[in-house]
Amino acid sequence: MSHVLQVAGLKKHFTVTKGFPKPVTTIVRAVDGVDFAVQPAEAFGLVGESGCGKSTVARAALRLIEPDAGSVRFGDTDVLAARGGALRRLRRRMQIVFQDPYSSLNPRRTIGRTLAEPLSVHGIARGRAAREQAGALLAEVGLPETALDRYPHEFSGGQRQRIGIARALALQPELIVADEPVSALDVSVQAQVLLLLRELQSRRGLAFVFVSHDLGVVRWFCARVAVMYLGRIVEQGPVAEVFARPRHPYTRMLRDASPIPDPSQRGVLPRVVGEIPSAAAPPPGCHFHPRCPRATDRCTQEYPAWTDPDGHGFACHHPEPAG
Amino acid sequence: MTAATLPSTSTPGAPAASVAPRTRSPRQLAVRRFLGRPVAVAGLVVILAFIVIAVAAPLLAPYDPIATSWSAIRKAPSAAHWMGTDENGRDVLSRVIFGARASMLAGVVSVLIAAGIGVPAGLIAGFAGGWTDTILSRIVDAMLACPFLILAIALAAFLGPDLTNAMIAIGVSTAPRFMRVARAATLDAASNEYVEAARALGNPPWRVALRHVLPNIVPPVLVQGTLAIAAAIIAEASLSFLGLGQQPPAPSWGSMLNAAQRFLSQAPWLAIFPGLAIFLVVLSFNLVGDGLRDALDPRRR
Amino acid sequence: MSGSLGARIGQIIPTLLLVSVLVFGLQQLMPGDPALIMAGEERGDPQVLAQIRAELWLDRSLPEQYVHWMDGVLHGNLGYSWRIRQPVSQLIAQKLPVTLQLAVMAFAIAVLIGVPAGIVAAVYRNRFWDYLANAIGLAGLSTPTFWLGIMLILLVSVQLQWLPPSGYVPLFEDWRQSLATTIMPAFVLGNAIAAILMRHTRSAMLTALDQDYVRTARAKGLREWTVVLRHALRNALIPVVTLGALELGTLLSGAVLTEQVFSIPGFGKMIVDAVFNRDYPVVQGVVLVTAFLYVLLNLIADVLYVVINPRLRGA
Ligand SMILES: Nc1ncnc2c1ncn2[C@@H]1O[C@H](COP(=O)(O)OP(=O)(O)O)[C@@H](O)[C@H]1O
Ligand code: SF4
Ligand SMILES: [Mg+2]
Repeated sequence: MSHVLQVAGLKKHFTVTKGFPKPVTTIVRAVDGVDFAVQPAEAFGLVGESGCGKSTVARAALRLIEPDAGSVRFGDTDVLAARGGALRRLRRRMQIVFQDPYSSLNPRRTIGRTLAEPLSVHGIARGRAAREQAGALLAEVGLPETALDRYPHEFSGGQRQRIGIARALALQPELIVADEPVSALDVSVQAQVLLLLRELQSRRGLAFVFVSHDLGVVRWFCARVAVMYLGRIVEQGPVAEVFARPRHPYTRMLRDASPIPDPSQRGVLPRVVGEIPSAAAPPPGCHFHPRCPRATDRCTQEYPAWTDPDGHGFACHHPEPAG
Repeated sequence: MTAATLPSTSTPGAPAASVAPRTRSPRQLAVRRFLGRPVAVAGLVVILAFIVIAVAAPLLAPYDPIATSWSAIRKAPSAAHWMGTDENGRDVLSRVIFGARASMLAGVVSVLIAAGIGVPAGLIAGFAGGWTDTILSRIVDAMLACPFLILAIALAAFLGPDLTNAMIAIGVSTAPRFMRVARAATLDAASNEYVEAARALGNPPWRVALRHVLPNIVPPVLVQGTLAIAAAIIAEASLSFLGLGQQPPAPSWGSMLNAAQRFLSQAPWLAIFPGLAIFLVVLSFNLVGDGLRDALDPRRR
Repeated sequence: MSGSLGARIGQIIPTLLLVSVLVFGLQQLMPGDPALIMAGEERGDPQVLAQIRAELWLDRSLPEQYVHWMDGVLHGNLGYSWRIRQPVSQLIAQKLPVTLQLAVMAFAIAVLIGVPAGIVAAVYRNRFWDYLANAIGLAGLSTPTFWLGIMLILLVSVQLQWLPPSGYVPLFEDWRQSLATTIMPAFVLGNAIAAILMRHTRSAMLTALDQDYVRTARAKGLREWTVVLRHALRNALIPVVTLGALELGTLLSGAVLTEQVFSIPGFGKMIVDAVFNRDYPVVQGVVLVTAFLYVLLNLIADVLYVVINPRLRGA
């Protein structure tokens, strides 16, 4: 099977210097060796607690930041090697939707200008033609054409997010990376935006990398999912599999902490315990061992290898039983 | 979000709620906020009045500002000479009116010089980061370590005393402040997700800088610019007062005050009116600057 | 702390080096030949000119000149005044105490006016006293130092005849006379700083008054002014320390004008006289020394800041 997006060995470390009068330099291993692949028209989820490196993966995959190591392939193209025109052509094929609908739209520009920009950058349409296309995009995300001459501050968060989606659609990409696209919205609005995304996915055959810290949303939207912990993927597989029979204790902890539709399951299992250790000083061995109920001595010394018996992989010395 | 609230049917995304009837751009909104502040508007009116005075000085001045008259030396204010006459029998009102030219010109030109150097430097530093930023920031630190007026005096001294050099000296000494403001605003603007979106759309870096980041540094630079004009007018008056700016007999408020000092007990009006003029103009620019800051950044206070 | 101090000094050195390049570079702006100026009467004599050029290294390349000049500076040699034929460092050492006396008095006056005004403005936020303090502050910021000085002389010396309009008596000669000659200039000089201090104290106080522990104190029934003075004031002192260092430049700039208006033989008057005498080494020396003072004082303020505000330690 050919992939739209294939990420291998991705690493990104940040050097942070802060503190006065004693500046301390720390290296944050935001992403520390991540592999995954997305199929055409597939919704691929990336979940994990805040700070585990999801956004960094998303940005590095789109080459909005330069990763330190690893490879990213889009179709047959090496994303990290692309320059100039080649990179520009790639950008047409993969787009991003951001979390914050307030900072993701330029407050000084009318919606019409914002939506026309991608068209003019790539020489697709200008002037009247661009405006028509922009209007059609708005209609596709459920906004009236009159919005073209308005400014972002006149719209609600949900409406802005629709505009952000319309901008991402303008270039007719094959892949959309959505970085927590509904996390900043009211619960009632979240549902509408999610529906819109799913509709677009089926209508346009879009592939998604769907980043979220919300298991419920990922479960609903995605076909496959990768669970991240402190810069690494700890479990990966079909959504139904992973959440129904988690093999990694961290995944299980996340699942048990998130509300579950089946009332009989609720309240029986422990909540997420312990603090998230920092990516600046990840614990030795398995990063998760300070919080892990199954941890043994071995876990404190040795990072577990990746095991993938049947398309449902995980990195754990003592996985939860498969049954 | 709970799973129960997730959409389970395939109704299409609900159409958006109705939108407000009238569109106002952020700029229009800022103008309205500014006009809602009477003191700032008053300041603007005074500034406009002084611009008119400077431009129309030959029409407004009752006398020739440099014509001496031995029959009218150091006369107190009267119907003929509203602000009195100076030690050479020149009409003080006419000199104050013509003096507006030097002050307004110096204020505007030196700030244009300062912004012309500082804003591109700040934009480059903020955008490029790394070594470029470090080097530019260190140069700015070094310039800011020299007291503003002392640096301007030294520059004016080495360039030679006249109004043009004073404007250059003030402009160069003010440039680091613009660099700092522009750099901070660039970093702030560049952290917005819409800048990242612009890159993701395939805009080349220069276009992202010019189209998306630059417009965002306009408001803080505008505020800084207005306040800097106030400071530059004081600086020009100071240099002229010290004899390093406008050279006599051409009138400027600072050099008039220098001459006035010698006749303080005999002719105090010589010292009062030029000083009041400086005070009024500077106060107005400060009021407008404060008003602009509040109008452009409604989040503050 | 020692390690952090080292880091801070490490940051300062490049800044000071750049200042030195800047000050050295000033020379290059000068129209005409420095040797001609120095030679004075003897400018017609090519032998004298050649000798002066050799002495000042004017016949060498710019980098050589800079290194030579820097070597001197590092050994405390800021060159010789072209007019008075005295070492610049010696001249500065004579004049600096006068200006420092003025600056210290000015800062004290500014604190005495600005801090209480800022506190009152914060406590009566958005009420009459706040508006009044802000209006006076803005007026103070908009008044040119030298004009304020002239107006004060007009009122206090010419009209009321309370204080001498000009002159200076050193502190250790006759402290009463010294105060009489410096109180007016110090007030003039402190005026702008007072306005700046007022603004910063006000906003620091507003922040402090919103803090939980202040609210708690208030809830415990302490009187408003007790709360303000006992709990919030400490925080208001922080901007005073930082600003004291940051506004040294304002003080020294203002001193140039104030000393000119009141004929006080300080640092500021020296630079103006030097400019008119085209005594460039003195001008350069003054810029260099003021910049050095500024950097040093800011270093001290940074350290003090941490001492006053223990929460920042190890942050
Ligand atoms: N530009 C940056 N500079 C320094 N540290 C960063 C930067 N971006 C992200 N980080 C750090 O990297 C880690 C992962 O961040 P992020 O990818 O945003 O996580 P997530 O999206 O999962 O919340 C965090 O610890 C964050 O503080
Ligand atoms: S490797 Fe050990 S510590 Fe890590 S998740 Fe598995 S059992 Fe827990
Ligand atoms: Mg994130």
